[in-house]
Formats: sequence, structure tokens, C-alpha cells
Amino acid sequence: MNLELKSREYRRKILKYILKAKAGHTGGSLSCIDILNVLYNEVLNVSPANADAFDRDRYIQSKGHCVEALYVVLADKGFFPESDLETLCQYQSHYIGHPTRKIKGVEQNTGALGHGLPISAGVALAAKMDDLSYRVFTLLGDGELPEGSNWEAALSAAHYKLDNLCAIVDLNGLQITAPTTEVCNTEPLDKKFESFGWAVRHVDGHDIQALRDVFADLPFEKDKPSAIIAHTVKGKGVSFMENELKWHHGVPTEAQYKVAMEELENP
Amino acid sequence: MGNEMIEVPLAGTAIANQEVFAETLQSLAALDKQVVVVTSDSRGSGKLVPFGKKYPAQIVEVGIAEQNLVGMAAGLASTGKKVFAVSPACFLTARALEQIKNDVAYSNNPVKLVGISAGVSYGALGSTHHSLHDFAVLRAIHNITIIAPADGFETAQAVKQVAALSQPFYLRFGKKPMPLLDMEDAIPFEIGKGRVVREGDDIALIATGETVYPALQAAHKLAREYHIEATVVSMHTIKPLDEELLAQLAQKCKAILTVEEHSVYGGLGEACAAWLLKNRYHKAFDLMGIPDEYTVTGSQTEIFNHYGISEQGIAHRALALLRV
Repeated sequence: MNLELKSREYRRKILKYILKAKAGHTGGSLSCIDILNVLYNEVLNVSPANADAFDRDRYIQSKGHCVEALYVVLADKGFFPESDLETLCQYQSHYIGHPTRKIKGVEQNTGALGHGLPISAGVALAAKMDDLSYRVFTLLGDGELPEGSNWEAALSAAHYKLDNLCAIVDLNGLQITAPTTEVCNTEPLDKKFESFGWAVRHVDGHDIQALRDVFADLPFEKDKPSAIIAHTVKGKGVSFMENELKWHHGVPTEAQYKVAMEELENP
Repeated sequence: MGNEMIEVPLAGTAIANQEVFAETLQSLAALDKQVVVVTSDSRGSGKLVPFGKKYPAQIVEVGIAEQNLVGMAAGLASTGKKVFAVSPACFLTARALEQIKNDVAYSNNPVKLVGISAGVSYGALGSTHHSLHDFAVLRAIHNITIIAPADGFETAQAVKQVAALSQPFYLRFGKKPMPLLDMEDAIPFEIGKGRVVREGDDIALIATGETVYPALQAAHKLAREYHIEATVVSMHTIKPLDEELLAQLAQKCKAILTVEEHSVYGGLGEACAAWLLKNRYHKAFDLMGIPDEYTVTGSQTEIFNHYGISEQGIAHRALALLRV
């Protein structure tokens, strides 16, 4: 299956399990799913077979609330049976609303914001210290960028020349209260990262080929950590969810679900 | 049990626990390249300057950024490195508490968190630099063993033992030179097991960290002047608590008095009290520590004396508890 079709399938599954759980971060999962699709299917050297290998690439999802996107990709990659996701957020399920290491394939427990980048910097530094070639990818939400710990880690990542570290910002422009520019403006984001010593690229976070190309260029500069600012649409793929604040963690009704699935079947 | 020797401590043997920590860590680093120390501009107060000079490839400096200190330490530890994250206890366990909770404990990344200059070590620098909350907040977080060694022997043993264990720890050290409690090292150190440094049937003095020494001095005073025999325990491991020892002490002694360099809320004393009550040991009980206030200004010793954490003060409280 080509990755464009896979993205549509992933989106349908995200909605399916959010509907079943009656909970989930719909808009953000739909905005980051194309990024995860390309990462897991073409970039990362991780699979269920090497999930514990010391030289595997690491993906650490800082925006942990969009765990539904991660779950459907990990299931597709065979880390666990997809039927497990029927238990999402159910009593006694390991499949909670944020990533945990109880789930095979999940590298770190996340959910509180501003944690992914410091941990990723530590993992990337370990690779440098041990002279290993693995890479570390972390996905940040644009809404979590005001967390100061991100910028503490951004300083250290540049200081230690972690060019094996890639931070991807899922820049969908909306957070729970309002557009990110209204809540706490982080623009110009590229200049901020650059001034912290990072090499920065912009990409259309829904263009599979553009994502492939930008990942293929890593590291953007030797001795610098790389930041990818992925311009995305919150709720991408479902017309009535796109750029709508209420779908941050909105759960569709059965009727809305049918319309959404139809759109994703026949875009 | 070697308690006689304590009465005249040999000044030459007194050494700060955090200094012993740094020396021990250096000896571990020499043998194992996976031993890594992470600091937040804290290598000076952590006595880690020689470590940095000798093992530059095994020290990571993050600058004054405690959240990143703990986050990066968690990442490093997740790859199998034996990571000691060192920062003043006040900042480490407050500024970076969420990283401790999530990145270390919840994610089970086996970081050894090291709080230096703990309690009121910083004395007159004031409340911003005091850590009188760390036992309380960390006790309420699952999956961290909390250890406050009393002397150089306990410190060296603790550092060696935690380095070999792949689980999260919090080690708490002060900077005051501490004499050895037991000059012969005859009483073994085992994580989770209190060290009984003196035996007596009248009262149990259960202390931790730098308060064990004044508790021992108080026990000698009680014996000398009042013919009261106290058991003195270095309860170096605050969590998990040595419940077996607590039961023995409750059965043996008429009263129990706890002493700690921590708020009277949420620390060793309350941990002991809760366990004793829950297990129906209705003993004469009191707990000593820093009351619920910002401390008086002074050196660590002056603050200790002010709140009775001294030979005299602990002995007085013991007498009151025994209604002597």
C-alpha cells in the first residue's frame, strides 16, 4: 500500500478507536499522522524484532496526548495486535490516553508537556558518547513550546552538537484554548531554533513526498540538531474537523463518524 | 556495637557525605565507563571538580537547568548508562519534580538522583536553598527508593550499591563533615534496612542523615546522666521503610522518637507514626524535625540547635516522652 493510502487508513482507524473509547485527541492525531506514517514506514530502523536493540532509532512522542496516532501506527507495524485497541481507555487496559512503556514499541512514558525534547537529547547524547549511529526523533506540539524545559534542552542539544537529534514540530496552529499565536505567540519559530543553534527546515506536514525528502536530508547541518517545522492542519482529512477548535479532543457522534469515514474512503 | 568510640569523635576522620559521594563515584567511574554524572553547574558544591578533570567523557554539564538535568539524565539512563544526576536538593526535588515523577519514576529510567547540600546545609542562605520537603514529595511518588546516609561509610556503601541496581534512587547528602558512627564498620549497610548503631531498651531514637550523630550523642548523654538506655537507629532508607526493625523497636522500647532534617510533615517521623499506628503499636511517640515555618537564620548547626536537633535537645525531648 502506498503511504498516501496508508495515511487514509490510519485516519480511519484513529477515528474508529476514538469513537469506541469515547475519548481521544482527535484533531492533533489527525494533524501528526502523516509524519508518523513516513517515520515508521520509511525512516526509523525500528520494528518489533529489534524493539530492544541498543542501536535502534528512537521515536519519542512529546505531544503524548495524540497517542491514538502512535497506537494505530505501532499496531500496523506489528508491535501488538490491532484488536488491543478495542480496550483503549477502558477499565484496566494498558492502552491509556498517553504513551506508556507497557505498550511494546513505546519508548518513553509521556503526556506532561515539555518532556520529550530533554529525554531525547539525553538519548542522542548517549549515542554520541558510545559512538553509535542511531538517531532520535521527537514530535512536539506547537502548543507545548512555551514549556521552558524545551528551550533548556534546545540549548544542551546545540551545546553537545547533537546532529543525531531531530525535533519535529507539529505546527497545526491550534491549542485547546485558541490559536497558538493568540495563547502565546512562539513565532518566528524558525529563527528561535536557529538562534539556539539548530538547523531548521519547514515542510508541509501532510505532503508524503516532502516529508520523505526532508527526512532524507538529515542532519541538515553537521554538528547541529535539526528542527523540522511541519505545517499541518488540525483535524486534517475530515472537512468538518479541520481547523476547528472543538475537535482538539472532540469525540464524533455515530452520525459524524459515518460522514468522516465516507470522506476518508472517497476523498 | 562501637558506641563507646563515638563520645570523642576524631576530628580527622570527619568528612562530608557529599565529598565521600564524589570520591566513591570517581572510583566507580574508573572501573566502568557507563558511569556518568550529570550536573547543573553544581560540580563545585558536589565536589566533582576532580571527577570532571579525570573523567571528562563521563561528565555531562547542562548548566543551571534542573528540568533538563533530569530529563536528559532519564534519556541517558534509558540507554543503559549508570547515571547520577547531581544538583542541590532544594532545586532538584522542586524545580524538576515533574521530570522526577514522569521521566525517572513513571518511565522507570534508572537515574540516581543526588540531592546535595540537602536539608538546611546552606544555613543562612535561607529558605530558597533549604530542602525540607524532599522526603515528603518523593515518598508520594511510586518507584523511587529514598536514601539519606548518616556518615562516610553509609555514603560509600549506598553509592556503590545503587550504582549496581537498575532502578530509580534519590540519595540525599549534606556538606557538613560527619564523623563515622561506627569506627569499625562492623554494622553492615543494606538498602532498606536501618542500621542499629546503639542498643538500649528504654527508648528508640530513629534518625536519618546528619541527625543520626546528634541522636547518638543524646543517647550517650541519657545513659551518662539519667541511666536511660536508648537504641539509636540510622534509618538511612526512608522508603521503603524498614518495617521489620520498626516492629522490633516497638516491641522492645517504651517510647519512640524520630529525628530528621526535614519538615515534620511528610518525612521519616510521619512514615514511622503511620506504620506504628496501623499495626497497633500504640507507643509513646514523638517526632523531631523542622516545624512548619521558614527557619530561623543561622548556620546548619545554629538551626539544628534552635529546633533542638542537638545532643541536649534530643535528650530533653526523650526525657519528656518518657516523662522523666
